[in-house]
Amino acid sequence: MAKTKELLFDPVVNNNPIALQVLGICSALAVTSSMAVALVMSLAVIVVTAFSSMFVAMIRSQIPSSIRIIVQMTIIASLVIVVDQILKAYAYEISKQLSVFVGLIITNCIVMGRAEAFAMKNGAVDSFIDGIGNGLGYGAILMIVGFIRELFGSGSVFGIEILSKVTEGGWYYTNGLMLLPPSAFFIIGFLIWGVRAWKTAQVEKDEFKIAPNTKLKEA
Amino acid sequence: MSSNNESVKKTVTVALVLCLVCSVVVSAAAVVLRPVQAVNEKANMQMNILAAAGMYDPTQSIQSQFQQISSRLVDLETGAFVAELDAEAFDQRRAAKDPEFARVLSSAEDIASIKRQSRIAKVYLVETEGQIDKIILPIHGYGLWSTLYGFMALEGDGNTVAGLGFYEHAETPGLGGEVDNPNWKSQWPGKQVYDADGVAIRLVKGGADRSDAYGVDALSGATLTSRGVDNLLKFWLSDSGFKPFLDNVKQGRI
Repeated sequence: MAKTKELLFDPVVNNNPIALQVLGICSALAVTSSMAVALVMSLAVIVVTAFSSMFVAMIRSQIPSSIRIIVQMTIIASLVIVVDQILKAYAYEISKQLSVFVGLIITNCIVMGRAEAFAMKNGAVDSFIDGIGNGLGYGAILMIVGFIRELFGSGSVFGIEILSKVTEGGWYYTNGLMLLPPSAFFIIGFLIWGVRAWKTAQVEKDEFKIAPNTKLKEA
Repeated sequence: MSSNNESVKKTVTVALVLCLVCSVVVSAAAVVLRPVQAVNEKANMQMNILAAAGMYDPTQSIQSQFQQISSRLVDLETGAFVAELDAEAFDQRRAAKDPEFARVLSSAEDIASIKRQSRIAKVYLVETEGQIDKIILPIHGYGLWSTLYGFMALEGDGNTVAGLGFYEHAETPGLGGEVDNPNWKSQWPGKQVYDADGVAIRLVKGGADRSDAYGVDALSGATLTSRGVDNLLKFWLSDSGFKPFLDNVKQGRI
């Protein structure tokens, strides 16, 4: 049981795919301008990561290593298409907002990374839980970034108004930057700083020391 | 991980079986969910039509709002209604590709760069007590990267714009993509389409004068998209487009 818990929650803080491994940044920038969209994207990634890891783990002893990446990609791609079809059928509005980013889960490094690094070496159940855990880690960052961006960018949370906007007779001037993708870069940067200040084990060693400045000499 | 996994036979077998299983799963999902998706797409199209006419109210169901709108087919050349075909089932975009309904446009005529045009168009009418209240016309034309598909809504006089909106395009987000900007779209209602010389509505580079009844701001940083919108409006409101129909409406022949 301890192992299950570790598999599930380790990727949320200690080994977060976005904050520590810095994977899946592209979609984290694109889909976090509102929380509802970020939530659906998180769920989609959790489902895809969990099931792709599980299927890869189930057939891992049959996969020839020469085509293993392609096999993983095929499984992931099929799952993503199924998820996309389901969203189009039951969450049409949100699937329109997510547009290409559901399809781009295929290229989300987190999914590939877990299939290759974990599912190829572990059993189906462990891989499934690991997939959920990593999806949760991704989702947690998405929700935090989405919360900050939606609150300060549109003055609302999940579409419910918290700060009354000037345009609607309130007092809050919306921050336009927060609605643009670059703001997610800043927020994720601060988050990584925060996590590493808290969990100092995550701080990376310097790859090299910067040499002291050469002294100026008279020519 | 036995070593015979690496044989050519095994590799080909795994690849084939995997492809087969995955394709069955994907096609099954696509086929099973198709009807639900079709309902969504239809509702979305109806929402676009309502939004273009400025009648969309998100708090009410689209179906009940759409009940006040009726779809009719118009012969573009004569501007008269076509009664023989079923308006509900008619797909104008498909008809533009069908030799039975389409005509090829000469390059002089084809200012919207659409190449082929359906001779029959599907328009939407809002009628109150037999009087036409709003006319919603489907329009499309080429912008910078893509064909823009949208609707233009006119008031019952056939000359005053009630709204304009594009529901499908692939213009540059932030530049040409600003055709979706509500601020820009809000300039359209109230503008006039025709003056004494013909189609007068146009996009004005550098910003239109607020008192100009025919001018709307062009999109900044999107000259080609703006030109595309300008051209497609000129095309669809000309004799090749809906002018004969609108003339009929104005003269009360419909």
